[in-house]
Amino acid sequence: MAKTICLYFEIHQIIHLKRYRFFDIGRDHYYYDDYENERSINDIAEHSYVPALQTLIEMAKENGKFFKVALSLSGVGLEQLEMHAPQVIDLLQELNSTGCVEFLCEPYSHGLASLGNEESFRDECMRMKAKIKELFGQSPKVFRNSSLIYSDEIGAQVAAMGFKGMLTEGAKHILGWKSPHFIYNCALNPNLKLLLRDYKLSDDISLRFNNSDWSEYPLFADKYVDWIAALPEEENVINIFMELCALGIFQPLSSNILQFLKAIPACAKARGITFSTPSELCSKGKSVGSLDVPYNISWVDEERNTSCWLGNCMQREAFDKLYSVADRVRICTDRRIKQDWDYLQASNNFRFMTTKHTSVGMNRGIYDSPYDAFTNYMNILGDFINRVNALYPIDMDNEELNSLLTTIKNQGEEIEAKDRKIEKLQAELEKYHPSVYKTKEEPAPAKGTATKKPVAKKATTAKRPRQQRKLQRPKRLRQRNNESCDNLIADIPSLASNGAGDDCFLLFAE
Amino acid sequence: MRVLMFGWEFPPKIYGGLAVASYGITKGLSLQPDMETIFCLPKPTGEEESFLKIIGMNQVPIVYKGHDYDYVKHRLPNYMTPEEYYHFRDHIYADFSYMHTNDMGCMEFAGGYPGNLHEEINNFSIISGVVARAEQFDIIHAHDWLTYPAGVHAKMVSGKPLCIHVHATDFDRSRGKVNPTVYSIEKNGMDHADCIMCVSELTRQTVIKEYHQDPRKCFAMHNAVYPLSQDLLDIPRPDHSKEKVVTFLGRITMQKGPEYFVEAAALVLQRTHNIRFCMAGSGDMLEAMIELVARRGIADRFHFPGFQRGRQVYETYKNSDVFVMPSVSEPFGIAPLEAMQCGTPSIISKQSGCGEILEKVIKVDYWDIHAMADAIYSICTNPSLFKYLQEEGIKEVDEITWEKVGLRIRKLYNQCLGMN
Repeated sequence: MAKTICLYFEIHQIIHLKRYRFFDIGRDHYYYDDYENERSINDIAEHSYVPALQTLIEMAKENGKFFKVALSLSGVGLEQLEMHAPQVIDLLQELNSTGCVEFLCEPYSHGLASLGNEESFRDECMRMKAKIKELFGQSPKVFRNSSLIYSDEIGAQVAAMGFKGMLTEGAKHILGWKSPHFIYNCALNPNLKLLLRDYKLSDDISLRFNNSDWSEYPLFADKYVDWIAALPEEENVINIFMELCALGIFQPLSSNILQFLKAIPACAKARGITFSTPSELCSKGKSVGSLDVPYNISWVDEERNTSCWLGNCMQREAFDKLYSVADRVRICTDRRIKQDWDYLQASNNFRFMTTKHTSVGMNRGIYDSPYDAFTNYMNILGDFINRVNALYPIDMDNEELNSLLTTIKNQGEEIEAKDRKIEKLQAELEKYHPSVYKTKEEPAPAKGTATKKPVAKKATTAKRPRQQRKLQRPKRLRQRNNESCDNLIADIPSLASNGAGDDCFLLFAE
Repeated sequence: MRVLMFGWEFPPKIYGGLAVASYGITKGLSLQPDMETIFCLPKPTGEEESFLKIIGMNQVPIVYKGHDYDYVKHRLPNYMTPEEYYHFRDHIYADFSYMHTNDMGCMEFAGGYPGNLHEEINNFSIISGVVARAEQFDIIHAHDWLTYPAGVHAKMVSGKPLCIHVHATDFDRSRGKVNPTVYSIEKNGMDHADCIMCVSELTRQTVIKEYHQDPRKCFAMHNAVYPLSQDLLDIPRPDHSKEKVVTFLGRITMQKGPEYFVEAAALVLQRTHNIRFCMAGSGDMLEAMIELVARRGIADRFHFPGFQRGRQVYETYKNSDVFVMPSVSEPFGIAPLEAMQCGTPSIISKQSGCGEILEKVIKVDYWDIHAMADAIYSICTNPSLFKYLQEEGIKEVDEITWEKVGLRIRKLYNQCLGMN
């Protein structure tokens, strides 16, 4: 197998939170800085996404099927683009139509659910998958977690969701003497292939390209591809992963980074190097062995772990508080709460609270310190948790609540089905015995018409006068159901008062 | 190296932050083996620590009196010998018999900050002429404007380089409305100085902009804190799981921004009921603050325990969950460092010089009462933030030592003397 480059870009931008004082808790349930969202996404679209995608489209058109690229979008990033910069979506679709692009799946919120709540993680991955299918007609087969967070357990979860492969970081402390230029597989599930980012070659573009102090500056495409060609013969898979905004934001357009990118396919072709998409690699390539990753890794910072989101006790408190309501949010049907849940999960919110000293300049957004970021986030989270808790009583545990909600839902459905059946049978009854309803008095001879037992039962009720019957029609049913449901509802005081209970009663009284 | 230092306050007699800083600086310098400090004080108590040589300016004669040895020995305090007295007497440089002196030919000082402060400053400067002639030293170091004239005088007499230490400027004390006499003394001192050490970059900028000094001779020389003694460390932290205490501690005066603290407290108390506020200290705005608290209707949760001294200060810190210093203009501000030593998270104004060397504190603009209230609320309600600021704060403040300050001062001395 010849050397092949797997090029992948990530598209994600967070929904910026606004300045939210604790006075606002309980008064203001809107948490976002619309102006900043619109401004930042437009800025990024203009200086990065649009020119970068145009370049990728040109590359795809020029090189035919030779050039391949993979992309993934976070759900919140996508929502931002849909709202403020739909031209980027158009470009993505145009790129998609060239057939050179593969879309990967990632958590909808770009959050840390994979570390916090398995069910929520699964839930949002599936949502993202559906969204990609809807927008681009592709069903993603390869997964990338937020910031390439990976551990054996996450790998097993992802495999259980049906993905064939997963991208992660070629972290030195995990690989040791091994090379990232092979395909590996998850230690807990050999069917999940792992593609490891070559951080050196990736960061050469995304971090160092425009750095004139760098010894390799200026970097040209032929030199870059020469490096790849010079790798040992058996090291075949070169994974170059970065954020799309590396092209234009981290490295300004004036550095001619796009021209550099555009020149790569020709240089690669000349050296017999091909391009592959992640799913091609995962289906064709063979794993050289399993990779043990007992602790979480990511593509962030020198440590390549999760310390920039969960490194200090403030971040951990915020994280724990957020995921303490994860199950509740998943159970609920309130769309606004679900939406806020997506936005609040974004890992960037935790990154703002980091107290680590990094060599790369830290952009804290509107916050001037980690404490400020923490305070603002906790105020918002305080309001959000209050809203979630207002849905269902706090003292009931989630499992109990979930089973009750399922029971209520099932019973509601059952009652509905029975009601429909009753209607139908009554209609039949009326057809055969119109006289019964005219006289109002005479009991109907149920035996003859009824073939099935339930019908006979219902027929007895049908004997009553129409007016009366209408009120009391499903009396038996109601009695039976009410017994269990009343108990149920008594258990859930806020349900009884909150509307969910009313739905049940509506069903009964219908 | 011998340093002739002029100061106005020194422990155990403490009037304000100047005494603490003077002590720290001299103590830090004393850790260098080849460093000798002669510290001139207007009126020592005789109980000062003996790691440096103290000269009581009220024992230095400016008028010749022919007393015999025994009389002099009888009249002098224990930290001064008759030989030293005679040595100073030999260096009287002019006829000051028209001045008001006592039987020893010395001038009395009230000490502290009396009504005739300007007269005392002038007297201090006259005596410094005698000291400068009598003593051998390499460099002069004058603390705060009260001693600048003395420093300048000593420089004139000896020709040795003058370092002045700006602990505060009148711009900080008056929110910009300076007293012209004070300003002229400050400016004169700075103009004559070879090196100006400012307690923060903030102060350095004031010195450069408002006193028109050459930035090349102005240096930021941040203060530090002394490690707490064991008995202070052992003061227990009361259990505040039910009710939190937020504290302001300092002079209740315009410079310290007490009204912003009250306004922030009023905002916090609109939403919560398990937080108490405490404004410790005294000052010209105390009554106005009591009135403001009453007007905001929060007097049931807002307390004025009055001026705290010695151990009480640390008890107050330890009894607090948040320490707030909303100073409008604070050259340095040592209080938050002390609070952090006691394990109390601090909120300081961005207009405070100590913020330049502190990371593990929350910084807000002094006027931004909403941000201040939010920060108070956050520390009181989020245990992780409290814990982080407490633990990391102690670590951070432990790294800020006078010894390091002493080394940096030494470097500047060497620079002044062209020894590098």
